[in-house]
Amino acid sequence: MAHSATVSTNSKTGAWFGGKEPMNASYGKLMMWYFLLSDAFSFSGLLVAYAVLRFKEVGYYESDFAKKFSSIKEAGEKFIASDAYWPIPERIFDAFPFFHGQHLPLIFVGLMTFILIMSSVTMVLAVEAGHRRDRADVEKWMLWTILGGITFLGCQAWEWTHFITGTDKGVVRDVWMNGEWVKQVVKGANLTANEYGPAPFAFSFFTITGFHGFHVFSGVMINIIIFFNSAIGIYDRPGRNYEMVEKVGLYWHFVDLVWVFVFTFFYLV
Amino acid sequence: MAHTYENITNGEIPKAQTKVIWVTFWILFAITAVEFILAFTVPAGAFRTSIFIILTLVKAFYIVAEFMHLKHEVKGLIYAIIVPTVFVVWLIGAMFIEGGYIYDILNK
Repeated sequence: MAHSATVSTNSKTGAWFGGKEPMNASYGKLMMWYFLLSDAFSFSGLLVAYAVLRFKEVGYYESDFAKKFSSIKEAGEKFIASDAYWPIPERIFDAFPFFHGQHLPLIFVGLMTFILIMSSVTMVLAVEAGHRRDRADVEKWMLWTILGGITFLGCQAWEWTHFITGTDKGVVRDVWMNGEWVKQVVKGANLTANEYGPAPFAFSFFTITGFHGFHVFSGVMINIIIFFNSAIGIYDRPGRNYEMVEKVGLYWHFVDLVWVFVFTFFYLV
Repeated sequence: MAHTYENITNGEIPKAQTKVIWVTFWILFAITAVEFILAFTVPAGAFRTSIFIILTLVKAFYIVAEFMHLKHEVKGLIYAIIVPTVFVVWLIGAMFIEGGYIYDILNK
């Protein structure tokens, strides 16, 4: 359905009969904004649940273990993972591909953030090219965006794999089994137990980053479809324009925005 | 003013105007770099956490305003997005406090 975003002041149709676009935005663009707002509510629900789960547990620096040290700095250096307190995220997420055993806190997740922001920039450049009806540039920038999205998904897959696999030795935990406390080795992470901290730590990590990763995946799929449409020249036809690129760009920026919040609340706070 | 898509067919493609886009990118990059430096220099605590949240909101502003173009849309659309978001941000903050209260109850 062809849409042009120009305002029509046709007196025959008037404001209430389709003659004027509300808020000066086309139907598709407005609906995308409304969808993004509702999706923001969904993610906020998850973050709210995370907030309650996180702060009802003892933080590491308030725990009995950490209080024994003389300073916050020393407590940070002598951190050990335990299910008695919420861990320090930068001591758990300190791995980097091909650098096994080296402690590079938050470097990998910083790289992921950079990749996603870069792909947002290339998306904006694609939208800008669409404004000028520059098909070659639209294709070029959309390809870079798709590449960035796939790279981010690959990085997230590596992060999950490393998190699930765990450290070489795992951790010994007391588990209540058949009416008595039994010592069991917990290695890696799943939805019920993990070696890094209390059970909600892994559970909320998988839920929030999984939900976000699913959005990145669907965003990449949609970007591929729109790239294909643009490449075969659908938007160059008379009466059509590149507004679809802009609408899909809104979704992609939303995905980036959510990552910025997830990154802050999970890895930094 | 929202961008209008003129159906120009005179064959000439105008030059790209990307300066604002790259400026915004460098601002986001700089803020993220500052967050990283803070993560490793300032000791963990309420002060550092508030700075992180403020910087995140600044980044969110730039992404929504420039990348998603909201700053250049009609005022009605801007408010339709911003006002519910303000309430949701309040909700997240309130639930952080609720979590702290539950902690106090559980560990009395």
